Amino acid sequence: MKKLGELLVQEDSFEEILMGNQALVRAMVETKTLVVTSYPGSPTPEIATAIMDIPEAHTPFYFEFSVNEKVATEVAFGAALNGNLSCVFFKSVGLNVALDSFVQLGLLNIIGGMVVVVVDDPGANSSQNEQDNRNIYRMAKAIVLEPASPKEAYEYYKVAARLAAAQKTIVVLRLTTHVCHARQKISFAGYKQDKGYKTDFDTKNGPYIPLTVLALEMKRLALKRTAPVLSFIRESGLNRVKTRSDSRGKGIITSGLTWLSVLDALEQAAYRPNILKLGFTNPLDPEVILDFLKANEQVLILEELDDILENQIKAMAYDQGLSTVIIGKTDDTDFIGEFTPDKTFDKILNTWPEMMPAQDKNKAQKFPLLAVPERPAQMCPGCGHRSAFFAVKQALKKNDVTVADIGCHTLGYMPPYEVGQVLLCMGASPGIASGLSLNNTQKKVVAFLGDSTFFHAGLPGVINTIFNHHNITLIIMENGTTAMTGHQDHAGRSINIETLLKGLGIEQILTCDTYNQERLTDHVKTALGTQGISVVIARHPCMLKFTRSQQKKQGYVRKHISIDPSTCTRIHACVEKFGCPSFVRNPDQSVGVNMDLCIGDGSCRPSCPEQALGFERKEE
Amino acid sequence: MKEFNIYLTGVGGQGIGLLSQTLLRGADHAGLKVIGVDTHGLAQRGGVVVSRIRCGSHVFSPLTLSHTCDLVLGMEIHEALRGMNTAMKQGGALVYMDLSWQPLPVRLNQSPEITAEDIVGACRQFDARCIEVKPKGLPDARMQNMALVGTVAKHGLIPGVSKSDYAKALEDLLKGEMLTRNLDVFNRYAG
Repeated sequence: MKKLGELLVQEDSFEEILMGNQALVRAMVETKTLVVTSYPGSPTPEIATAIMDIPEAHTPFYFEFSVNEKVATEVAFGAALNGNLSCVFFKSVGLNVALDSFVQLGLLNIIGGMVVVVVDDPGANSSQNEQDNRNIYRMAKAIVLEPASPKEAYEYYKVAARLAAAQKTIVVLRLTTHVCHARQKISFAGYKQDKGYKTDFDTKNGPYIPLTVLALEMKRLALKRTAPVLSFIRESGLNRVKTRSDSRGKGIITSGLTWLSVLDALEQAAYRPNILKLGFTNPLDPEVILDFLKANEQVLILEELDDILENQIKAMAYDQGLSTVIIGKTDDTDFIGEFTPDKTFDKILNTWPEMMPAQDKNKAQKFPLLAVPERPAQMCPGCGHRSAFFAVKQALKKNDVTVADIGCHTLGYMPPYEVGQVLLCMGASPGIASGLSLNNTQKKVVAFLGDSTFFHAGLPGVINTIFNHHNITLIIMENGTTAMTGHQDHAGRSINIETLLKGLGIEQILTCDTYNQERLTDHVKTALGTQGISVVIARHPCMLKFTRSQQKKQGYVRKHISIDPSTCTRIHACVEKFGCPSFVRNPDQSVGVNMDLCIGDGSCRPSCPEQALGFERKEE
Repeated sequence: MKEFNIYLTGVGGQGIGLLSQTLLRGADHAGLKVIGVDTHGLAQRGGVVVSRIRCGSHVFSPLTLSHTCDLVLGMEIHEALRGMNTAMKQGGALVYMDLSWQPLPVRLNQSPEITAEDIVGACRQFDARCIEVKPKGLPDARMQNMALVGTVAKHGLIPGVSKSDYAKALEDLLKGEMLTRNLDVFNRYAG
């Protein structure tokens, strides 16, 4: 197989097994998307990894990681106003950040067209919630396509691009986590590279200033688009009906990955219902839906998360006075988590028991299963955040309040550190801490913030603490990268945080490497004793990134920690309080080192009061 | 083939991604219709990684119904048992790496560590074939995944997929010295 990046820009058609995220990039290339922007967030980072794998000489479009999702959206919008097809992609909660700009886009004449790829995360695999962004698309008058597989992600992007350019608007490609991360063989079309960047911005294409009367005029123009969009949807054939002769008057309406769950569950069915699979979920095409309702006596709507399709479809049936029985969500669990094949099977079984076989699929669970201890995510061996939490904890009093933020350092909330007691979203910690500090003379309030997050959404909160004289200590967990999502670059490459904070007039800024734990503890104590905002920059490079780069170097010598059994008194400070995953608790309660995990960074050594932790060298 | 489901699991950092891609591509080289998906959440941080591969003419979603997996592959002993508890079909097969990356509750002395006897017991309950793989003597922990691919090839555990199919998959995915070193481990375990 060719290098992924070379394959993605190859002009000839080809067939290859790719992940949904990677297949999207090929679609961007084929559709001549000329500007692509993003802010990293799981499950989207592989889109950017694939883009960055393309050899520089063959770069098919301009790409940037913007400082946050809102800015990314604005950059893509600006480029599209110039007449270029553009794309912005980010994760589900990224839309909250982008929202102020995003809601305007559906009202505007975007001459190049713009595709917005947003990945919802049913099941909250890697997000702080599982919000259903379809709620927002109705408000924003955005056209939405929902692919079910990597193959459809590729094909639907191309449809979205075509529609966005034709209607001069935005089209949302709504993916979900397991569509992004699925892999399958896909046939990709050929194309001809042509990078004709345009700079055709012209106010004649407006209005672009949405004030007073114009705002309403723009909404009127946006609503006028519905009729041509619906005819495009009908011509696309992506709302597909599959009828069965043995349906017994039953039908299912579904979309996205849930459609595939339905097909799997029905493999065991005694008879098959008719299926309407919606490719376009906003706007809904009443024609195909009403025809389907009329053709069935009972219709089950299977959709993940909220009851968006259900409410609209029930309203259509009511308006038409249809007698079709429409079954949607029946209890709270229907609103929670993915519609996995299991959940979908159960939902169909509960609705139409005679359609599904007697419940023997759980036969294997009829005997008791031995419980396996949970394995929560945790900080990596050598992680500078671990040293930081260990040192910060020494400076805190029991009642002091700690506010977490998004990033690897969120994991500090877990035992054995238990630092970080409340978390909202990206960059919220300085604001939350400020509120907690009001009229609070008994407890110190400490906010944690990562460096990428500092630039993303943390800065307004920090400025607010200065402006309104809040009394908090801010600890910047600076590891020099966007580590959680796979080491993407951020603005810290160009802007020094310490210099920036000094420029804002913050007087108490103390910086040290987190491995220097004694010093870090002292810094935090000093900061806590300061009135107003005080900042500690707890700095250490991401050790996962650092170790990977070291391992690639010639003559790399791997070190390990060893435990001196004659000095070790089995007080377990290393394994219980410092908590590096490299430590092993043996059945006899002695402590060992997992050589597969230990990177020999030595950050654990200060944690042992008996000084039983030393280095052992091993040639690789 | 109508349906053959594989459930792969381990800890973030063990190389489940390459393991999964090798099997997926191997099955494709053998001419099977195949789809797969990785579920990793925050796995980069030492959490659980799960990958599923489904082969055959009657598979749709890359996700699987519980307890329908013909083959469960565990890169680590705790995850092997957790995987069986979720996915193992009656009469299926388990291949697991006999090594432990202790989860937090074990290190904090709050839970006992899972042992090889626990695995054997669970396989008996599921009437599953149990194949243990020893990681001893591997040049690099990052090649433990190749020991599993080799073992799957040796026992012909995915119907219709041969050693050369897996080798071709590795040639797709790796280049140069990395390929040679990984193929070495694969061949050693494939026998």
